[in-house]
Amino acid sequence: MQRVMIIGATSAIAEATARVYAKRGDALALLARNQERLQSMAEDLKIRGANKVLTRVIDVNDTENHTTSLDGTIAELDGVDVVLIAHGTLPDQRACEADISLTLNEFATNATSTIALLTHLANHFEQQGKGQIAVISSVAGDRGRQSNYVYGAAKGALTIFLQGLRNRLAPKGVQVLTIKPGFVDTPMTAEFKKGLLWAQPEQIAKGIVKGIDKRKDVVYLPFFWRYIMIIIRSIPERIFKKLKL
Amino acid sequence: MRISGWGNYPVIDSSVDSPLSPTQVEHCMLAGFNGIARGMGRSYGDSSLSSHVISGLSLHHLLDFDNETGVLRCQAGVTLADILDLFVPRGWFLPVTPGTKFVSVGGAIASDVHGKNHHIDGSFCEHITELDLMLADGRIERCSATHNRELFHATCGGMGLTGIILSAGIRLKPITSSYIDEVTLKAPDLTAIIEMFEQYLSSTYSVAWIDCAARGKRMGRSLLMLGEHAIDAPLRNATPHNRSLPFNMPEHTLNRYSIKAFNSVYYHRKFFARQQRRIHYDPYFYPLDGVLHWNRLYGKKGFTQYQFVLPQESSAEGMRQVLERIVSAGRGSPLAVLKSFGRENDNFLSFPRQGLQLALDFKINDGVFEFLNDLDSIVLDHGGRLYLTKDARMSEAMFKQSYPRWQQFMDVRTRYGADKVFNSLQSKRLGI
Ligand SMILES: Cc1cc2nc3c(=O)[nH]c(=O)nc-3n(C[C@H](O)[C@H](O)[C@H](O)COP(=O)(O)OP(=O)(O)OC[C@H]3O[C@@H](n4cnc5c(N)ncnc54)[C@H](O)[C@@H]3O)c2cc1C
Ligand SMILES: NC(=O)c1ccc[n+]([C@@H]2O[C@H](COP(=O)([O-])OP(=O)(O)OC[C@H]3O[C@@H](n4cnc5c(N)ncnc54)[C@H](OP(=O)(O)O)[C@@H]3O)[C@@H](O)[C@H]2O)c1
Repeated sequence: MQRVMIIGATSAIAEATARVYAKRGDALALLARNQERLQSMAEDLKIRGANKVLTRVIDVNDTENHTTSLDGTIAELDGVDVVLIAHGTLPDQRACEADISLTLNEFATNATSTIALLTHLANHFEQQGKGQIAVISSVAGDRGRQSNYVYGAAKGALTIFLQGLRNRLAPKGVQVLTIKPGFVDTPMTAEFKKGLLWAQPEQIAKGIVKGIDKRKDVVYLPFFWRYIMIIIRSIPERIFKKLKL
Repeated sequence: MRISGWGNYPVIDSSVDSPLSPTQVEHCMLAGFNGIARGMGRSYGDSSLSSHVISGLSLHHLLDFDNETGVLRCQAGVTLADILDLFVPRGWFLPVTPGTKFVSVGGAIASDVHGKNHHIDGSFCEHITELDLMLADGRIERCSATHNRELFHATCGGMGLTGIILSAGIRLKPITSSYIDEVTLKAPDLTAIIEMFEQYLSSTYSVAWIDCAARGKRMGRSLLMLGEHAIDAPLRNATPHNRSLPFNMPEHTLNRYSIKAFNSVYYHRKFFARQQRRIHYDPYFYPLDGVLHWNRLYGKKGFTQYQFVLPQESSAEGMRQVLERIVSAGRGSPLAVLKSFGRENDNFLSFPRQGLQLALDFKINDGVFEFLNDLDSIVLDHGGRLYLTKDARMSEAMFKQSYPRWQQFMDVRTRYGADKVFNSLQSKRLGI
């Protein structure tokens, strides 16, 4: 049995991932800000086979409370083997361009808050000398585009932070996994028209658990995004800047 | 967002909300919601279409399971596929299942769906212990066959027109294996198949595949498929299917000739009058689910399913007239499912009633609506009716004539203030 802690647990991708662990009979700690949703999610996961399910309400932007929340959860769960950080928002890029504080808030939710959580968690994992840290970044962090560079910059920052953390924790036996989904059909993207490139959260969840089980460093989900992003990254900037992306 | 039913006809623009909790559904109500609930969109026509829609799919939590009684309480967005996945290995099965598992519990209740065991076990809602409904004013009302009865009988089969179903209790049925023992019998004509339905009334599952292109003496020739849960076989999950058709097929893929060829191959495939096999429940109940989005085979214009039931007394004659009409018009259907229903229940708008029912698919093309109007008169003349969850075109007059309890249904809706808030393209067309 693994002890799995999920931050941003009410996200569609996180919930689908939690169901995979529940089916295996693992113990789960769910952290998110919607109490009602957390509660009914916990009952659901128990019926699906989870060994036990704890919940805790947190707002990831309340960084002062992180230490207490994280330590409290780890104690209640009796230790932790796997952490998945999944929360995020998809900013309205246009609105951000007209509003400094909105831009900074979005950056905080998608980058700073996670960096804060990881700063504390990294020390815990380093000390215990084992365990697995998985964080959902995005393909959007691989290159800045006019249509969503606030989000992209935050995810890019996260990706670089995770690279450094992996480099630090690898010798200590701790896995750090960067998860880069492409388009996923979730509440975050409810407004988008869905086409062939879109994946379901269950598909992404399988890829996440596989990436954790196989102790991978970086996974693109579904896999073909790796190749799409190789192409996108290889376009010279002098051409790229003229594209409407 | 562009949405449609399974028939891809009609397609409309709609704004879709996906509340994550009952409280968020309440917020929608208090913010002046006017429209209809939607589940997996497996109803064929316009039942789940409206310019504003609440998707129940994010309400997908299991709430409680009682190992002794088999009663599962869950939110309305849970799919039958999800329930099977989890509970078949534990020895439980759905009490009633439609021909696809990709439907939500809310949708199954709102259409009061039936399965191959209708003649014995009735329809889906007869196995619902109680349900929680969000009313137009944001209040939650619990109802069952014994408590708030009228609201219950209006909601079961009520096509989402009484409120948003939030959760329900379903009595699952115990099984000892995930396999079905199936026997297939040949019926040479319509008289024979009607007799065989009678003769095999005690079979748990029975359904026939009828060759609508057969004429003359062979008219109504069918294959009757009977099924029983196998006892001495393992409890095993289905293997995942993923053979999705990513594109709409060119218009001519399914034409009159290919349909005819398909029909006669299917019939002659069975060389003997009686064939027996043991088959996993998944291909047995959901043969079409293996090809996700097979509806795209019908091309961009979409299709409609014509499903009707005729009362026992006039079944034979009415069915003969319908088949004659189909043959003379040269409009076949690759999928024609014939079944003999058991008794009618107390729900105001439920489809099943004792007698024969037939389901036929028709591509939307020139003349199809005129043709279906002709079938309508045959169905009406014989006292029959159409299944609302498959309908995209029935007239108000036909609906009101063939669903005699519609007025009682309206009374309940009005009493709960649902008539001003919940409506679909279908309800507007039908004048309710
Ligand atoms: C291949 C195939 C085979 C089928 N076989 C059968 C069969 O054998 N027997 C049978 O009876 N049916 C059958 N059906 C029809 C299907 O079972 C019904 O249309 C069912 O209602 C679809 O459920 P859904 O979740 O997709 O609902 P939708 O299609 O999204 O909605 C259907 C109706 O339910 C209402 N509804 C949905 N969710 C809620 C909610 N939470 N609260 C209130 N109202 C709600 C909608 O308003 C709408 O009126 C079949 C369909 C397909 C595609
Ligand atoms: N969907 C995609 O196409 C896609 C693609 C690439 C990467 N991703 C990433 O995948 C992750 C999961 O997203 P999703 O697609 O599953 O979307 P989602 O269902 O909308 O999940 C986002 C979650 O983040 C939570 N959250 C937002 N702000 C928070 C805060 N301040 N404190 C606590 N929780 C907060 C939300 O909680 P509330 O419900 O309480 O608001 C919600 O549960 C995100 O990191 C996202 O950036 C998604």
